[in-house]
Amino acid sequence: MSDKITIGLAGNANVGKSVIFNQLTGLHQHVGNWPGKTVERAEGTLVFEGREIEIIDLPGIYSLSTYSIEEIVSREYIAVEHPDVIINVVDAGALERNLAFTVQLMELEPRLVLAVNQIDLAENKGIIIDTEELGKQLGAPALPTVAIKGTGLTDLVATAVKMTESASINPILYGSEIEESIETIKDKIEVQTPYPARWVAIKLLERDDEIEEILYDAHPELREIVEQERIKMESAHGHDFGSIIASERFALAHRIASNATSHIEPQKSIGEKIEDIASHPVLGYVMMIVSILSVFYSIFSFGDWLAGLIDTFFAVTHTAYFNALGETWTTTFFWNAVVDGFIGGMVVAVPYIGPFYLVLSLLEDSGYLARVAYLMDSAMHTIGLHGKGFIPVMLGFGCNVPAVLGARIMETERERLICAFVASLVPCAARSIVIMGLVATYVGFKWAVLLYVIDFFLIFILGRIAYKVAPDEPVGLIMEMPGFRLPNLSTTGTRTWFKLRMFIKEAMPIMVAGNFIVQLASVLGLLDVIEGIMSPITVGWLGLPSAAGVVLIFGILRKELTLILLGSLAGTMDFSTFMTPAQMMVFAFVVMVYVPCVSTIAALVKEFGYTKAGIISAVEVIVAVVLGGVLLRVLPFIGLA
Amino acid sequence: MSSESVEEYLEAIYSINERGEKAKNQELAENLKVSPPSITQMVKRMANEGLVEYEPYKGAALTGKGNALAQKVVRKHRLLERFLYDYLKLPFEKVHDEACRMEHSLSDETTAALCKALDNPDVCPDNLPIPHCSLGVDDCEQCEEARSKIDVETPLTTQLSRLHPGEEGVVAYIHSGRHSGKRLQDMGLTPGTHIKMVNAAPFKGPVEIEVRGTSLALGRGLAAHVYINVEDEGQPWKRIHPHGPHHS
Repeated sequence: MSDKITIGLAGNANVGKSVIFNQLTGLHQHVGNWPGKTVERAEGTLVFEGREIEIIDLPGIYSLSTYSIEEIVSREYIAVEHPDVIINVVDAGALERNLAFTVQLMELEPRLVLAVNQIDLAENKGIIIDTEELGKQLGAPALPTVAIKGTGLTDLVATAVKMTESASINPILYGSEIEESIETIKDKIEVQTPYPARWVAIKLLERDDEIEEILYDAHPELREIVEQERIKMESAHGHDFGSIIASERFALAHRIASNATSHIEPQKSIGEKIEDIASHPVLGYVMMIVSILSVFYSIFSFGDWLAGLIDTFFAVTHTAYFNALGETWTTTFFWNAVVDGFIGGMVVAVPYIGPFYLVLSLLEDSGYLARVAYLMDSAMHTIGLHGKGFIPVMLGFGCNVPAVLGARIMETERERLICAFVASLVPCAARSIVIMGLVATYVGFKWAVLLYVIDFFLIFILGRIAYKVAPDEPVGLIMEMPGFRLPNLSTTGTRTWFKLRMFIKEAMPIMVAGNFIVQLASVLGLLDVIEGIMSPITVGWLGLPSAAGVVLIFGILRKELTLILLGSLAGTMDFSTFMTPAQMMVFAFVVMVYVPCVSTIAALVKEFGYTKAGIISAVEVIVAVVLGGVLLRVLPFIGLA
Repeated sequence: MSSESVEEYLEAIYSINERGEKAKNQELAENLKVSPPSITQMVKRMANEGLVEYEPYKGAALTGKGNALAQKVVRKHRLLERFLYDYLKLPFEKVHDEACRMEHSLSDETTAALCKALDNPDVCPDNLPIPHCSLGVDDCEQCEEARSKIDVETPLTTQLSRLHPGEEGVVAYIHSGRHSGKRLQDMGLTPGTHIKMVNAAPFKGPVEIEVRGTSLALGRGLAAHVYINVEDEGQPWKRIHPHGPHHS
């Protein structure tokens, strides 16, 4: 037996898993991604009775199928990395549904310890759990915990450590006819997988794509045998096997849960009273608008303040730098090409992402996010999303970067991609600066409004198209409505800090590199060449001044700077002297749509990889250029020459 | 009240609700050719039986239970219309009245046979959708198999999205894509599960239901694929699946 112990924390969402993780590991944690997947991987260490324990916080899931990437990651982790013990955190207040997942976990035959969490909240709901009886029923130890207060965690770890010396647990058997079929298939399995044979047999019956591929490719005759067994059961039950096995698991969970549960008189909590207001057809929306606006306002006013602070700091550094080293070609180039990119990232993205992560997880942990998704579901359907997409899209008005990152709250890869795409089309604060500074000031406020209207219309159309062309089956809103509760500030704070660190580490190099390439091109005189190449589009099709080509390229770095740059290239900040109102409209439109800024691209790359980030950027460039030219030709007809 | 006239009322309210409106007494009186006082009396009685939710001056909306009953008779009506129009070549204006007269005496067995003979049509001659049968089958073969396992009457089911807050029922079957179906099962919505409608969000938003001691929100579109058995007593799904899932 090795000295180091690995423990995986598994369970449904909203059960307090992350709180347990945080209580156990404190600041000894690291947040990253699962290799090649956009799923957060939080790991941490803890020293217990002189032994080092590594803890992995698995994502919150409801099943071990292939519904979401989180599920695939979790089952692969348990089977392949084979942690010494799995601590399954269950919500004492929703034991039956949580145990249905436990039953599935047991199919993987790990060493299992159950943490029956939030046992105090369950008591308020009138539910008393006999953990000893529960453990007996399951054949695995079960312990009561109140993670937020740290109650029961020492016992939990001690039990988990002790478990490492015992054998792995036995799965609970299902009805005899199902077990017979499983047995028949199990005997015929010849291919070695990291998974237990019984689990593989069940997954084959469930038509699990991944497992089918592994098994049938190597052993095609197996398909016939599985098919036979499945048909046998399906015709006896009148339902498909997925339904049969789900019913079995829930029946087991129900039996175990009722044997270990007794009831007392419940108390109506403050949370439930707020819940009544939050779902109210009128008051619910009032409460939502007030909370979203205040959240929004606090994120961005704090972000602005922080960005200003960072900006000032770098301005001082800037002066000091040139005073110390002198203003030569080399020092200027180094500053512009290397330091400026870093500053850009620090000023544009970081000040907003920290508070965003914080507020988003506070909203999520308190249970309020679910209410907002509930109220906004039908509105979001019009743009190809469901209710959960509201928050990221809304945040896009401030900054697209947190919006793209926030798309993770959608469950499936498909929904995440559509959500991030839509969010990247929302006019962020930087783009609003251009629209207001140019169009509202020089052309008229109603024309600025028109640009927003066009953008919303584009979001509406492109969102629907994305909904149609994105691969996989669209899935509507299916979510748990958790009760309201106080979020754990220490857990949220720590997690925010580690996520922010990961973002800086992953996205900053892309932002710095993007800046470096543009600056290098500028120094090498390539920009004039590019301007020449682009002029058929910028001048010919879009009708813009020729300097616009360079400006648009720099605009990729920071969109709010396009205006200043355009002015400095023209030698005046009075835009009306060198641009017609129509040109201003077209310019602002193109800046609004043409491509996500480099920080957003970095976020897209981080979340979806280079290919998808490239496709999204390309689509937006094409849409901006094509429609920009159309706009130029339509404007005279609606009264703008 | 005779079951025939209740069926007529259910059908009339269903047709109006189908357009997204509540059935006002005035309109019902015109459609059913009955005096307004008798309409008021009947609608109140139906409200007492939990078939409609009635708000004075606003009108009546069918509950889940009312919908289940209405869908059964509307299904018969619209299948008959199809048959009269397509096969017997009756003139378009006549099929509605003819179907009205025949629908009440049509047995479930004959309805299933009619459905098969017409090759499971989607809409009636007026282009209105024919409600699904309540067996949760995809084709005629499955229908025959399922029918061989039940008694005379088919179960009373309707979509989850049609239930009113406070109504309860048992999941009969789910007709949706593989992914969503799987997800619904993972969240505990397996056939035979008892559910209670808690709330429905405005603007055709999601529904909130109580299932297995937890609260769940489902998009309205998805909820329209979940069929709920709304019968008060007896759970006919048990008759279909003698070895079916256990549930207390």
